[in-house]
Amino acid sequence: MGRLAKQLLPFFSLIFVIVLWSILDTSGNFLTFRNFQNVLMRSTPNMIIAAGMTYVIITAGIDLSVGSLLAFCGMIGSLTMLLISGGTWEQIAGGKPVELTAIAMMAGTMSSILAGGLCGLANGMLITRLKLAPFIVTLGAMSIFRGASYLMNHSKSYAVSDYEWLDMGEVTILSSFHIPSSVLLMIIVLLIAGFILKYTRFGRYTYAIGSNVQTAFHAGVNVKGVLVATYTMTGAPTGLAAMIITSRASGPQPTAGLMLELDIIAAVIIGGCSPSGGRGSILGTIVGTLLIQFLRNGLTMLKVEANVQLVVVGAIIILAVTADQIATKRES
Amino acid sequence: MTPQTGQLHMEKILKVFGPVTALKNATFSTRPGTVHALCGENGAGKSTLMKILSGVYQPDGGKIVMDDREIEFKNPGQALDAGISMLYQELDLAEDLTVYENIFLGNELISRIPLVVNRREMISRTAELCRQNGFDIQPTAMIKSLTLGQCQIVELLKALMRKAKIIVMDEPTSSLTESEAQRLFKIVKDLRTQGLTIIYISHRMEEVIQLADDISVLRDGEIVATGSLADMNISTIVKHMVGRELDDFFPPRHTKIGEIYFQAIGLKSNEGVQEVSFDVRRGEIVGMAGLVGAGRTEVARTIFGLQQLTAGHMKLDNKPVKIKHPSDAIKKGIALLTEDRKRSGLCTILPCSWNMTLPNYTQINMKYFLKLSKERQLCEKFGQKVSVKWSHPNAPANSLSGGNQQKILVGRWLMANSEFMIFDEPTRGIDIGAKKEIYHLLNELAAENKAILFISSELPELFGVCDRILVMRRGRLVGDLKTQETTPEKVMHLAAVEE
Repeated sequence: MGRLAKQLLPFFSLIFVIVLWSILDTSGNFLTFRNFQNVLMRSTPNMIIAAGMTYVIITAGIDLSVGSLLAFCGMIGSLTMLLISGGTWEQIAGGKPVELTAIAMMAGTMSSILAGGLCGLANGMLITRLKLAPFIVTLGAMSIFRGASYLMNHSKSYAVSDYEWLDMGEVTILSSFHIPSSVLLMIIVLLIAGFILKYTRFGRYTYAIGSNVQTAFHAGVNVKGVLVATYTMTGAPTGLAAMIITSRASGPQPTAGLMLELDIIAAVIIGGCSPSGGRGSILGTIVGTLLIQFLRNGLTMLKVEANVQLVVVGAIIILAVTADQIATKRES
Repeated sequence: MTPQTGQLHMEKILKVFGPVTALKNATFSTRPGTVHALCGENGAGKSTLMKILSGVYQPDGGKIVMDDREIEFKNPGQALDAGISMLYQELDLAEDLTVYENIFLGNELISRIPLVVNRREMISRTAELCRQNGFDIQPTAMIKSLTLGQCQIVELLKALMRKAKIIVMDEPTSSLTESEAQRLFKIVKDLRTQGLTIIYISHRMEEVIQLADDISVLRDGEIVATGSLADMNISTIVKHMVGRELDDFFPPRHTKIGEIYFQAIGLKSNEGVQEVSFDVRRGEIVGMAGLVGAGRTEVARTIFGLQQLTAGHMKLDNKPVKIKHPSDAIKKGIALLTEDRKRSGLCTILPCSWNMTLPNYTQINMKYFLKLSKERQLCEKFGQKVSVKWSHPNAPANSLSGGNQQKILVGRWLMANSEFMIFDEPTRGIDIGAKKEIYHLLNELAAENKAILFISSELPELFGVCDRILVMRRGRLVGDLKTQETTPEKVMHLAAVEE
């Protein structure tokens, strides 16, 4: 009973928040299809990153670098795009829009994903080979990636035209459903992440490591390999999310994803992942991400300023962990 | 702290957890200056009763009277203040702190400067207490550098330092060897003469007979027998515990012993194994005796690829094998049931079924993708084979009793189709009924032509189950004896006496 209640808690919280905002909202803007669509669009990059973060947190790790990595990958991807499209350095640095070729867009997106993956790999290698705490490694990486983004930006602004290419570009499925490409990408990422976690040996290994590393090792699990993979699997989607945000903002920003790690980690933990490892699911993470987004959406609608929102999200994280602790205690 | 204090009476204690009544009308009293043994199978309510006494749980009915005063503990701190210390079976120490820091945890001595702990005084008092009791433990050693046996001693020191009037010991010898246990018994007897009350929980009847003045037996949440030890003997106690006569405790051995299957030739490892050679035949149960620190667990770890082999080699079925990582061992059909279920055997919060299949995905044809319904079928099949009692194969492993957890691990390695199985202290801390089932299981495995190495610190079970007994001392093999041609005294002598 306690277990079931714990698993359902995120769902109930989400429903509670939606109902609460519906009651508090006097403008009538909250309960509209348009607003829900808006929340979903805002959720896409977060969902994509949170899918990877779910793995990391299930192994009892943490990745604080995702926000900075998002900015870094945005830089790498955009520069690749601009250079391949034939833009000269002067043009690019001058902020003049360069017409992007299809090949350049593909190559830029790939390079962003690759850069994200490699940075995640580097995090994972440092954590496993040098036996450093994930918290420390990714805290350092957070600063490194952010600094690198500013350096690459060099106080100029790069513009990427054709901003719709990855974000709002529509994909038509079954001739009648028009789905924004970013939403389609998100669905694909979530399906893959959910499948791997539930239906593969690798997924089981992440749970086993988070629950008890020693046991996993005794059972023949390649602990280091799995851990490196989880950080890589957080980095690569961050590269994808970076491209969605870049296309949304018509250019890379060195400040992109500032404090994003907060929302991502909060979403994953609210979704039922235990910070001490061994528990969590992709479905939970989806609900957790939506919860955070609806929370912010409603607060914005009620004209609560952004700084107060930070306070609220922080408090919610602590609340979620407390609820997790109480439920765990009751279970045993 | 005078000998008159510490008279305890628990009357009609009731404790309910949801739908389960853990204790019903349990009445229990002790006299100061005695050792009172508390017996009962796992799940009988011993731990619950003691957790109520030590303030971890609050009773739903009944009362506790100490020295003619009714008391009520809201938390373990209040019980400690009243002079009740509990030594848990599971480690209750901060692994990253030192011995003296653990002993004074929450009770630190303050120096003349406020808020600053008096480190020197704490160390010297710890050393003094160790000296008095004849323990060879460094006050400044880190807990994680100690063996399980030494940790147990630190737990005891902790209670002694707090000058407890009543000390509850839950299976204190389960991780100790004969000689360490004997030393512990001596301390227990000393404490008794000082006027302390020791409530002693144990599955080992020999200990109870040796130590206790009084005895109480719990069954299904009720005290079914209580009285002076003089009025009881092992068979009556066991009868009260299980509510039935316990015959054929050890199964009869008449399996056919086959060809040599596993061979260790001059195994050497930097962590406590020096030139160990032995073999195990198919259908044979080979016991391994020795004191804690004799290197038995280390031999198992070396075979399984958990520590580095520096010299020597191994053969399986007469073919040389190289094992560098547990996964190599598992691939070759070697199984290891570790001595510490919770530290290295199970993922306790994960479902039983996941625990069973964890090392076996290749063997059950799920190298990359899982087939959940097939996994469930397999777990049910092997669960039945080891007769594990679970509410559901997907129930978390920590919802099961110790004996059932052990069966899950046996089931795991049966599923792996392991041909050579190493059991390291498989009956530690599990109740008599479950022990018996484990012995029968070992016997069945041998009958299925598997080669078995059985490491144990309990000589009776080695003699009851094994065909042959290997004896280790200080990392070396000092005896290889046919069970029928030797005696427990001879094994003990080899294990304990330097030549």
